[in-house]
Amino acid sequence: MLRVDVSKRLGEFGIEACFESDGRVTGLFGASGAGKTSLINMIAGLLRPDRGIIAIDGETLDDTMAQTHIPVHRRRIGYVFQDARLFPHLDVRQNLDYGRRMNRLAEDGALHRRVTDLLDIGNLLDRRPGKLSGGERQRVALGRALLSQPRLLLLDEPLGSLDEERKEEILPYLVRLRDEAGIPMVYVSHDAYEMRQLATRIVMLRRGRVTAFGGTEVLPAALARV
Amino acid sequence: MFELSPTEWTAILLSLRVATVATLVATPLGIAVAWLLARREFWGKSIADALIHLPLVLPPVVTGYLLLLTFGRRGLVGAWLADHLGIVFAFRWTGAALACGIMSFPLLVRPIRLSIEAVDRRLEQAAGTLGAAPWRVFLTVTLPLALPGVLAGMVLGFAKAIGEFGATITFVSNIPGETQTISSAIYSLIQTPDGDSAALRLVVVSVLIAMAALVGSEWFARRALQRLHGN
Repeated sequence: MLRVDVSKRLGEFGIEACFESDGRVTGLFGASGAGKTSLINMIAGLLRPDRGIIAIDGETLDDTMAQTHIPVHRRRIGYVFQDARLFPHLDVRQNLDYGRRMNRLAEDGALHRRVTDLLDIGNLLDRRPGKLSGGERQRVALGRALLSQPRLLLLDEPLGSLDEERKEEILPYLVRLRDEAGIPMVYVSHDAYEMRQLATRIVMLRRGRVTAFGGTEVLPAALARV
Repeated sequence: MFELSPTEWTAILLSLRVATVATLVATPLGIAVAWLLARREFWGKSIADALIHLPLVLPPVVTGYLLLLTFGRRGLVGAWLADHLGIVFAFRWTGAALACGIMSFPLLVRPIRLSIEAVDRRLEQAAGTLGAAPWRVFLTVTLPLALPGVLAGMVLGFAKAIGEFGATITFVSNIPGETQTISSAIYSLIQTPDGDSAALRLVVVSVLIAMAALVGSEWFARRALQRLHGN
């Protein structure tokens, strides 16, 4: 269960968002500039709310009244960025292993195999990020986040920087992830089609406010991609 | 003709020792300062920045004299260090290393700072979300990515330390075997009749050292870049 009730001023722009979701995949849907990224940056702990509460499964991550703010590295929340952000000085294997090392987790060969199989990245392990295609990079970024064994996975337009063909290549992996990995996800996108494919709960955002909440039926009816 | 006398060897080895110690001690400090200047906002930052760059613009004699006032036997810091820790800088090779370290510090810090500034902060954020505490982010992401700049700073600092003259001779004088570096040896030699050929030999040696440092740093930087962008 993810609970968010925050407000944050960012210059001229303000976010005032409140929602609770226990969906397997919570979709944050809205046009660019609606505040989606700022909102998940707050969930991740990269951005501090001016006021409010963020909690997962009853554990408070942020509570401005109680002056609670768990720093980003102790939240155990995975984050897949639009631009992958793989470490260029490490090969794929070391990138995948990074979260395990930083969290001082024991090596888990079975999990490693499951994730690399799920994402079909077993053949990329010795490569450097500079030698990967956009789609491969995004799959490695997914694997890296999963292998840090997060309790929640945030995905910020993970298909945003890919062309149509690559999107179709990655989407099935995300569906598999939803159905097999057992980690709740927050999926940010401005694409209603992606949302329909993936999300089980939708939070609609507009100019920093939640305008609708519910199943995929709250998405705009038009099938055309935004 | 190119036979180095024991005195010349002493000066060369002393210069290498002074510059190496100065660079090795200054580097960790330089990395810390560069990181602070690149990544943190704090009160008095521009003053700190100016202070670090001061040796670059002050006449070296002034820096040397200030060192003598501070770290000399009767200096505020010097007296305390001598009484409590038994560390003496004045007229010792350690004093030469201190003078060289301070004179070369701005040159050491600058490339490191620039390369830390160039490290993509979004990568540091990503490391945070993967569970890395800030100091581990620095050690596993920022520092490795800034490595070419660190090497460049070390080479520049080393070269400056080898060539330092004004502040060193003011602070620790020109004592053969203790504080007479290549530069001060050359200075002494061209003051003495018949010193020309010895001075010339030392000039050739300093050119060789400088060349070796430049070629070496170029090689290291290229290797580091290859490792970082690993293609």
